[in-house]
Amino acid sequence: MSLLKYESQQREPLVDGNKDYHQVTEDIISPIEMKPSKLWYVGFYISVGLLLFGAYSVYREVTYGIGQWNLNKTIGWGWDITNFVWWVGIGHAGTLISAILLLFRQGWRTGVNRAAEAMTIFAVMCAGQFPIWHMGRVWMAFFVLPYPNTRGPLWVNFNSPLLWDVFAISTYFTVSLLFWYSGLLPDMATVRDRAKTKFRKMMYGVASFGWTGSTKHWQRHESLSLVLAGLSTPLVLSVHTIVSFDFATSVVPGWHTTIFPPYFVAGAIFSGFAMVQTLLIVVRKVMGLQDYITLGHIEAMNKVIVLTGSIVGCAYLTELFIAWYGQNPYEWYAFSQNRANLFSPYGWSYWLMMFCNVVSPQLFWSRKLRRNITVTFFMSIVVNIGMWYERFVIIVTSIYRDFLPSSWSTYYSPSIWEIGFYLGTFGLFFTCFFLFAKYFPVIAVAEIKSILKTSGESYKAKMTDIEKSDAEKFYVEEVEHAH
Amino acid sequence: MAGGIKKFVVGSFDDEAVLFPAVKNVRKAGYKIHDVYTPFPVHGLDHAMGLRETSLHTAGFIYAITGTTTALSFMSWVFTKDWPLNIGGKPHFALPAWIPITFELTVLFSAVGMVLTFCYLCQLSPFVKKHHFHARATDDLFVMAIECTDKTNDAEVQTFLEKAGAKEINIQHAETGWWIGRYDREQKLYREEKGY
Repeated sequence: MSLLKYESQQREPLVDGNKDYHQVTEDIISPIEMKPSKLWYVGFYISVGLLLFGAYSVYREVTYGIGQWNLNKTIGWGWDITNFVWWVGIGHAGTLISAILLLFRQGWRTGVNRAAEAMTIFAVMCAGQFPIWHMGRVWMAFFVLPYPNTRGPLWVNFNSPLLWDVFAISTYFTVSLLFWYSGLLPDMATVRDRAKTKFRKMMYGVASFGWTGSTKHWQRHESLSLVLAGLSTPLVLSVHTIVSFDFATSVVPGWHTTIFPPYFVAGAIFSGFAMVQTLLIVVRKVMGLQDYITLGHIEAMNKVIVLTGSIVGCAYLTELFIAWYGQNPYEWYAFSQNRANLFSPYGWSYWLMMFCNVVSPQLFWSRKLRRNITVTFFMSIVVNIGMWYERFVIIVTSIYRDFLPSSWSTYYSPSIWEIGFYLGTFGLFFTCFFLFAKYFPVIAVAEIKSILKTSGESYKAKMTDIEKSDAEKFYVEEVEHAH
Repeated sequence: MAGGIKKFVVGSFDDEAVLFPAVKNVRKAGYKIHDVYTPFPVHGLDHAMGLRETSLHTAGFIYAITGTTTALSFMSWVFTKDWPLNIGGKPHFALPAWIPITFELTVLFSAVGMVLTFCYLCQLSPFVKKHHFHARATDDLFVMAIECTDKTNDAEVQTFLEKAGAKEINIQHAETGWWIGRYDREQKLYREEKGY
């Protein structure tokens, strides 16, 4: 009984079923040791197909120029930047789960953090494609780097939000990758040590960096994770803040608002959690991980969705109110005519966004619906559509009618190659995710083991004696004394 | 980096609640614990073993301020000395506009530096191979390796571990350092194979 950290039985177990340490290893790692199912191949080939279509769309754009997209003088940012912001936003949930919830000591993060962090990395990879290919002359992409060059040297403009973006996104990608992989090392060693074939032994041997599980190494590993979490927390807030600066620092009506940073961050977490739900509901079912990603986990994420969705809703109403209250005729026109007027060309997209992001998540105030998998899956798709439209609304409805009515755009709709590029990033994302699910432990095995004895279903019953006794006395006797 | 071959008595425990008192007793009896290998971070085990706190986070802080100064000094040099750009007549030394990049580089330097330092301290790298006392140390066993000196009575240590609750006990001669190798092959150190 000693050394059990006290956790009330009233808390729902985070690991269902009667598990011991070995069973945890077995449950999580055996799916990646087996041959993938037919369903995996079908999904993988569809993803690769989409990726190839995306590659061809990009080829068209590079060869014939940005004109392949239906952008024009007035609408210089269309689907492309919409997709960029959408993908970056999706990435944010992974960092929130792995870093912020670690700092807040939320035990339930252990079931979902690995897959969510992988999602972050793949989403940021997809996001990065858009500004890069949007450059048009992509072979000059390295011009965004401040390196000593023969043109002066002419440096980049450090005062520009677009350059801040370059630094923010690349730092975010690097730090997420390091955080994710340093957490993976011990689990890769677990896969290595139970590998049966020579090839697996070799590959996982390389991937695990010779991890032994030494106490000193674990001590450093814990310190590293904690500091990386502490760094990632402000980092993730800064990334979407900087993305919002791309708009907020301009003088375009509808963009020029100080509410953008917090509103973008909340929206990012909102859409990111929806994507985590979409992915994990499928993963837990297909890989048989229902004991580790429980209804409790899904409910916890739905709570985050209803919270952040409501923050986003609040922000929508605030900016609408301020547009009116501020008495700037251009700002108010952008809101009252370009957006909120249902009968204006893009009015439908504003109200679709409102419905998906503000109205629909309110369903999750009901516990029954929060714990319903079908509803959650459906809602996760609705939220992602809504959040895509949020970016579309912000970008297109603000610029399609600019200050000079003679330049007002005709109705903008994307070309097939613009859509193809977007589908291509889905291909990239899911190709990576399918490979991840096949070759990597999708749940952090070591972390699950570290919470097993406090939060495992079979260990919960052992708390009865403690609950009867005085908690303070228990702490002194069992926890402090034992150490 | 070879640490040399040493002799160890290895005891494997299947419960961390048994491991803790065992660690204490082994230390009290005066045996030298080489290391304890665990499948997950067991909180407080480092204290029980008498390991000192890691100062990895201090290294992280130093890398962080290196990043801050690099970013700030580079941007001020570029925009005030090397190529002052007139951007709408605004000041060349535009500190508020440099805060985002300064922050990003602070985080980047700190994270990259810490991970590299972590890998260096723990001697972790692809293609590095080490001796593993028990294959299940990454699965469900807590493996304690006690270093034997000339004076150590192996049999005595073994009985001691048995009493302390170890499930499996054996004696192993092991290389304590790392070497370049692959996990699918039984490999010895180069100098061992050559008989140096």
